[in-house]
Amino acid sequence: MNKDSPHNPTVWNLIFASWVIAMLSTLASLFFSEIMELVPCILCWYQRIFIFPLSIILILGLFPLDTNVIKYALPLSIIGLLFTLYHCMLFYGFIPENLQPCSQGVPCSGDNMILFGILPIPVLSLLAFLSITTLLLFARGNRNEKV
Amino acid sequence: MKKSNLVLIASGLMLIIFIAAAYFYDSQQTKLKNEQLAQNSSALIQFHSPKTGNPKAKVTIVEFMDPACEACRQFHPFVKDLLKKYKNKVKLVIRYAPFHHGSDVAVKILEAAKKQGQFWDVLDVMYKSQSDWANHHNPNPEMIWNYLEYYKFDVLALKANMDDAVATKIIGIDLADAKALGVDKTPTFFVNGKPLTSFSLEQLETLIRSEIALHY
Repeated sequence: MNKDSPHNPTVWNLIFASWVIAMLSTLASLFFSEIMELVPCILCWYQRIFIFPLSIILILGLFPLDTNVIKYALPLSIIGLLFTLYHCMLFYGFIPENLQPCSQGVPCSGDNMILFGILPIPVLSLLAFLSITTLLLFARGNRNEKV
Repeated sequence: MKKSNLVLIASGLMLIIFIAAAYFYDSQQTKLKNEQLAQNSSALIQFHSPKTGNPKAKVTIVEFMDPACEACRQFHPFVKDLLKKYKNKVKLVIRYAPFHHGSDVAVKILEAAKKQGQFWDVLDVMYKSQSDWANHHNPNPEMIWNYLEYYKFDVLALKANMDDAVATKIIGIDLADAKALGVDKTPTFFVNGKPLTSFSLEQLETLIRSEIALHY
């Protein structure tokens, strides 16, 4: 039985999809900071730390397919997910003001976090980390199945 | 489709979207900024703003500055050279944009100096000693007094000329004007109301030259 089947299209597609999301998030976050010149808050920085490497290591695991990449990528996406959860709770006021670490400099909550009046950046980040983590977990579950 | 092609196409698409969005966003912002500027051109100069150069000069540089800002300090000698080089044709108006922590105190000292006709000399001292009093981790504008004393300024007279209420009001007006004109960085230059499109010494001189060519 070929444990690390190099021809497993499901696993390949799942990792590919999570790479696309990681890449889109990386570009979006660079767009916010470099083009729109929004200054990233501290929590945003921690999320950037965990999304940027994902856009690089995930694609390295695709050629040739190396399912070990799931093992390396999952901790990054899960830690990133924890940061976005914290950030969203802060943003929607579930965590009181005096607990937030961003009182100096750029605030982690506030109007500058909302794009075009409707899209809050922490929610975009939550969706990204949540979908990457889910896709990678599925890929992990499919890893050992022979196709 | 081959997998490598799929990744190439996806990468290409994302890159194209990124560049197109950046281009679109930039052109929209430029358009908005110009409209904002056209609507608020009266906010460029106030009666209280410090001015230097020939009052009848037809080319006016407006500089939004912060005494604690490093780039302002680096630009300052160059702007002075330009005033000398294009003597009588160019004048300079200073607007306050004290974005740094503690620089409002420096502006209040400058306002006192303005009353004594020593604005430009005191500004020179502030820039010269900037690395000491405007340290980012620990700004201490009170240190300016030590330097003023060292350079033989009449500190007592300056302190007597400090008018907190008036200076605070002036800072408020300048900050409101900066906001209306979309100024969020220092230094920000306008030459005859035209913004500096790309930030460099050469660009500033080019813009001044083109305005001189237009008006003389």
